[in-house]
Amino acid sequence: MADRVHLELVSPERLLLAVDADTVVLPGADGDFGVLADHAPLISTLRPGVIEVYEGEKVVDRLFVAGGVAEVLEGSRVTVLATTAVKIAEIERAKVEQALKDAREDHDDAKDDDIRAKHASRIEELMAMLESVDGP
Amino acid sequence: MPSLKSLRLRINSVKSTQKITKAMKMVAASRLRRAQEAAEAGRPFAERMERMLFNLAAKQTGSDSAPQLLVGTGKDQVHLLVVATAERGLCGAFNSSIVRLARRHIEELVRAGKTVKILCVGRKGRDQLRRDYGSLIIDTIELAGVKKLGFVDAERIGERILSLFAHGEADVVTLFYSRFKSVISQIPTAQQLIPIALPAAEAQADAGGAIPEYEPDEEAILADILPRNVSVQVYRALLENAASEQGARMSAMDNATRNAGEMIKKLTISYNRQRQAIITKELIEIISGAEAV
Repeated sequence: MADRVHLELVSPERLLLAVDADTVVLPGADGDFGVLADHAPLISTLRPGVIEVYEGEKVVDRLFVAGGVAEVLEGSRVTVLATTAVKIAEIERAKVEQALKDAREDHDDAKDDDIRAKHASRIEELMAMLESVDGP
Repeated sequence: MPSLKSLRLRINSVKSTQKITKAMKMVAASRLRRAQEAAEAGRPFAERMERMLFNLAAKQTGSDSAPQLLVGTGKDQVHLLVVATAERGLCGAFNSSIVRLARRHIEELVRAGKTVKILCVGRKGRDQLRRDYGSLIIDTIELAGVKKLGFVDAERIGERILSLFAHGEADVVTLFYSRFKSVISQIPTAQQLIPIALPAAEAQADAGGAIPEYEPDEEAILADILPRNVSVQVYRALLENAASEQGARMSAMDNATRNAGEMIKKLTISYNRQRQAIITKELIEIISGAEAV
């Protein structure tokens, strides 16, 4: 399949997803970028955001990743290494809101800077997750 | 000669031991399959991470701005040894062989005048190391409550290592675990986590064809990957360890079951002999009694 992109989404625990698509949109650290077939090799870090899988002009799959690294290889292959990845359709809004509330409380209670920084990044992650649920 | 009754009791007790070891073997076999599957499922991530890291690292090692996680602090004084063992015993030489390897390293380092710190993962390793090196153990992370090993558990250990490193409490970090080769063979392994042990230069050369573009830039990516890589390596070691433990337990229990079988056979033979002897003796008594009349 010369004019299609092969996307692989890998978590440390297992291979989460392996699909062929026409376009894949990734949330790069410097902004979203789309990958079409025969894209030049690229390595980019990802910010918490949404991966969109396009079939023609239509989005067929949307997945939330909490940061990670994406690698575009020769031969139209894309590998995403992410520690957390969920299908947007499977995210439950109420649960995320609860987790966000907890994280905020922990952040305010935190005593040392290391722990506070950890909670801050968790809050950022959860907010991005909420945003992605509300998105189109 | 032991009495008939005591022999019978002995046989029964060995029989119930055999039942237990047999059951443990089956349990270990089914857990082994699951552990192996988990280890295989985790492989793609670790492999890709490694490849990406090596490509980046090869370019960075020469420069002065290379991150400390990659090239080390420049010192070689404080060694942190992470010893990963099991939470349970009865698995042959599994725990002891990891501890033995760690012990050898500790002795060498101490002799060379280095400061050694030990971080135990798993209860069994701590129990064995505590006697000789109790003062060197800084902490133990227990995984007893963990049903299914997840990445979060590894992350917990990884974060601990990173914070020790960041606060200058360790210069070199080495991880001890058992690599799963096959059911009957597990190899205790020492892997250096920080600074990262890079493979030979020629292995890197053929890793990638075209030079990829980096976004935002190489340093930023490296700074993102390196800490993550520690957790990934720990996770992989834990998975290998879990599979090794079950493999070791399975073969240990298989041996125990076989030994119990042999013992039962021997005891049964001597039981039957004894019984026969008693019958013969009684017969002789009756016959000689009848002849005397």
